Amino acid sequence: MRTKTKMMTVIFMGSTPATHADTISGYSDNEISAILLGLLMGMVVFILLLLSLWLYRLVTRLRSETRERDPDFQNWCEQQLTGLDQAEIDHLIARHDIRQKKTGGKSKFILLMIVIITTTKAHAQITPADAGLMKSPGMIIMLTLILIPLLLALWLTGIKISRIIARAQYRRIKKDISDLTNTAFADPEFYRKLIERKAALDFRLADSELRGREPVADTRGMLHNVSEVHSPRFLSSKRKALLPHELPPGTVKLILWYLASATVWLIIGTSIGEYLGIKFVSPDADHISWLSFGRLRPVHTNMVFWGWSSLAMIGLGYYVVPKVGNSHIFNLRIAYWSLIAINTAIICGTVSLMAGINNGGGEYREYTWPVMSLFTAGILLSLYNYFQTIGSRSTKEIYISNWYIVSAMMFIAIIAIVGYVPWWQNGLGETIVQGYYMHQAVGMWFMLFNLGLIYYFLPQQLNTPIYSYSLGILAFWAQILFYTLIGTHHFLFSSIPWWLQTIAIVGSVGMLIPVFAGTTNFLMTMRGNFNKIGRSYTLPFYLVGILFYFTGSTQGTAEAFRETNLVWHFTDFTTAHSHLTMYGIIAFLLWASIYTLVPRLTGKEPAQHWVGAHFWLALLGLLFYTIPLMIGGTLRGMAWQTGRPFIESVTLMAPYWLWRAIGGTLMWLSHLIFCWNMYSMTLRKTESEIRRKVLDAIDDSINITTAI
Amino acid sequence: MEIYSNHKKLFILALGFFGTLTLFVAILPAMNNQQSVNILPGAKPLTPLQIEGKAVFIGEGCVACHTQQVRNLEMDKVWGNRPSIAADYAVINRTDIWRNTATLMGSERTGPDLTSIGSRQPSTDWHLLHLYNPRSVVKESVMPSYEWLFLNKEYPFPEETLVNVPEEFKSGSGKIVASHRALALVAYLQSLQQVKLPDGRPVPVFLYGKQASNASLLTGAKLSEKSQFDGEALYSSNCSSCHQPNGEGLVGAFPPLKGSKIVLNPDPNVQITIIMKGYNGRESEGYSAMPAVGTNNNLKPEEVAAIINHERSSWGNDSKQVSVEEVKKVISALK
Repeated sequence: MRTKTKMMTVIFMGSTPATHADTISGYSDNEISAILLGLLMGMVVFILLLLSLWLYRLVTRLRSETRERDPDFQNWCEQQLTGLDQAEIDHLIARHDIRQKKTGGKSKFILLMIVIITTTKAHAQITPADAGLMKSPGMIIMLTLILIPLLLALWLTGIKISRIIARAQYRRIKKDISDLTNTAFADPEFYRKLIERKAALDFRLADSELRGREPVADTRGMLHNVSEVHSPRFLSSKRKALLPHELPPGTVKLILWYLASATVWLIIGTSIGEYLGIKFVSPDADHISWLSFGRLRPVHTNMVFWGWSSLAMIGLGYYVVPKVGNSHIFNLRIAYWSLIAINTAIICGTVSLMAGINNGGGEYREYTWPVMSLFTAGILLSLYNYFQTIGSRSTKEIYISNWYIVSAMMFIAIIAIVGYVPWWQNGLGETIVQGYYMHQAVGMWFMLFNLGLIYYFLPQQLNTPIYSYSLGILAFWAQILFYTLIGTHHFLFSSIPWWLQTIAIVGSVGMLIPVFAGTTNFLMTMRGNFNKIGRSYTLPFYLVGILFYFTGSTQGTAEAFRETNLVWHFTDFTTAHSHLTMYGIIAFLLWASIYTLVPRLTGKEPAQHWVGAHFWLALLGLLFYTIPLMIGGTLRGMAWQTGRPFIESVTLMAPYWLWRAIGGTLMWLSHLIFCWNMYSMTLRKTESEIRRKVLDAIDDSINITTAI
Repeated sequence: MEIYSNHKKLFILALGFFGTLTLFVAILPAMNNQQSVNILPGAKPLTPLQIEGKAVFIGEGCVACHTQQVRNLEMDKVWGNRPSIAADYAVINRTDIWRNTATLMGSERTGPDLTSIGSRQPSTDWHLLHLYNPRSVVKESVMPSYEWLFLNKEYPFPEETLVNVPEEFKSGSGKIVASHRALALVAYLQSLQQVKLPDGRPVPVFLYGKQASNASLLTGAKLSEKSQFDGEALYSSNCSSCHQPNGEGLVGAFPPLKGSKIVLNPDPNVQITIIMKGYNGRESEGYSAMPAVGTNNNLKPEEVAAIINHERSSWGNDSKQVSVEEVKKVISALK
């Protein structure tokens, strides 16, 4: 131990300013990586161009669908006659004496088309301008990441146009048919030809030999809630959740308590976040000490961290951990104590932060040690519970979900201890520990635990095994190896030893391995099942979570390079990044899991349009929140480099802060909807429940009368 | 593999792996820093009042928006004379039994860095006014108002510190008095200054000097020699928080430069002297003492000349422009 410390000292002493300069020049000359990344970006741009071509083709098709037809009507009718099949001719003849009204209206589509074309054009213009902007690898990665959602947007536009084409086609054919019907009525010559043609086509067998004569009956109870809709559906109907699981009612209740607490913290925590966002636009919203920005900011972050995300994770863990080991929760009482400890910690922490008592200002480390001890105690209780549950499993192997989940629980305990024990916290020691603490809490707790949940819920929801178990194992060990190193990348160019900063950057690049492995694994698991997404209300959440897992994590790598850090560090770009990850990845994956699990626990489903509203508001809100902050943050960092007065960089941010508040409002609304959905999945009485109650009441009255 | 079926071995392995890495990237470097870095000889420990002020700074969560670290980057030159080094923080120990060490380095710079706010802005009156409502001195600021650190009294005691708040920002009818906590906070802010490195010790360099100008070229702004001595920008960075962008100052706190006799005087001697040495000649009129802005902020003669010429040609002022040589002459005479 002693020798090791000495060795570190030597390394530390070696880091003089001279070596700094060398390291930097070696770094910025890294042309090869720039070229490779340039190629990557070129590829994305190429795909963008391909997509644009596809869009162009679609638009031309749309135009041909809506074009006026041949002016020579007689000739046109003759042509149509040979194209019609038997059934169609039958139809025409049957309608012979019925007049049809003509329908019109194309202007709406043309207008929509113009809107779509102009927006796609606008998209296409942005790309080449950006391409030549910066050569540094991080910037290129960043731009590529921004382009990926753009690709998605183009693709979605394409699908929309295809649908419009389908509708236009339908209208055209409808008009043709109605014209033909009219002609058949008005022109006896044409009618005669029609009859002739029908006689020619009619020559065939009767086709009734194979027809069954028995009435249809569902003897196995395969059909549920058959509903007939006689008006056009505004929303397509999604697949219902499977039948409820047979879990002990105690377990169900426990999990629901965890999820309900999490939901409460989500609502309060994001309401505070929303208010903080408003304060950037209106700093004089209030002059109350308990509601001032500096005090509320840590209340928001800690509440959504330790309250919402952590409790939701642990609650879901109480389902997954026994499930994948085919056993039962070791001890329900311990689980409740854990819940109580964590909830109490959040309440105490919130009140003390608002009263102006905090630990000294390190991010996510604002709760004082008594509060955090209570939280850690809660974690340790649940950890013990999980561990014993796994010990009593009836499978031989430990499913990979449990690796991730239990490791996350162990690691957060270590992280809290390292972050709060005073022996190595004086002077810069505090900052080194802070870098470690704040980043491990994010990556080794939230991310690791969520990966564990997804390794269970995603295959379960898709009804298919995980693509590669070994890829999951690789990602697991690689995540521990690289993630542990990257904490100090929050303090690049600070007085922390230069070698430690370099290690953090290397670790950040290494993180690409587990991220790529994880993303590949999830996407390959989804492969062949993408058609299920449109029919499910949970899978879109998974897809968005996985997409942001890739883009958000890679963005973290991009931010860690020294050259990009120059621009983005200390700006709102970091805020955008943390929301992209904590919200885009963690919250979306948690919602995915909750919407998967809760209906199966309670047998009650949320209204699918409310789930849809939650999804779209959260996603759009997140984009409105993050993209302006990324743009504003970049501009701000650049403004600082020009040496202009600082206040100019504050006024520069004003519009971006406004957009952030707008995006934040959408996100916040989506949480209210989520809260309502939670209510309808749990407490709200469904019709079948009431029906059962009525039946029970009737039974009772029968029993009473028979007893009398 | 056997380990994948034995939960004890598997989890102990994962824990050991993580623990070892933790030891090497967090605990040992932290301990090493704590033990091997010495306090700078010029560093002064905080006075009891400043310690109270720091507690207010921590409690109000100021670190959410204000960093206290000058990175070794050209762009951070505005926040200090030299990059911060480990020794700067060595003086900071655990706050008390409940609270951890607060180096307050921060991770977001929504507002300015405060490493050397004590030398950049030493005026108590300015700080108090700014804390009461930041928009009373900097119109565009988004900083919260710290109104609860002040009292509203009809009849303040003579020994109490009055804050001359402009009517539009004032709440209540009485006079605004700074509380003990507000004064402590200001004392702490004034204590934030960079300690001079002992002679013979190499001063760390600011990196990426060239990069910075490249970046500015990309944004389209031309960072030429001229803009480096852009009088308006320099005025905005160094002067306008008191004298205001419109040169009118704040009634009862900071005197106007618009129409000022000193600014309009063709002989720039007094004006240069005030910028370099500070001025307290108008305290009897209720105006605060002016700090030695030029010396504190290490303004070059070219920069001082640019500021003076901006002041002499703006807001209706029309006075003789000064040359860099004149400024240099006066400054050397002052030394």
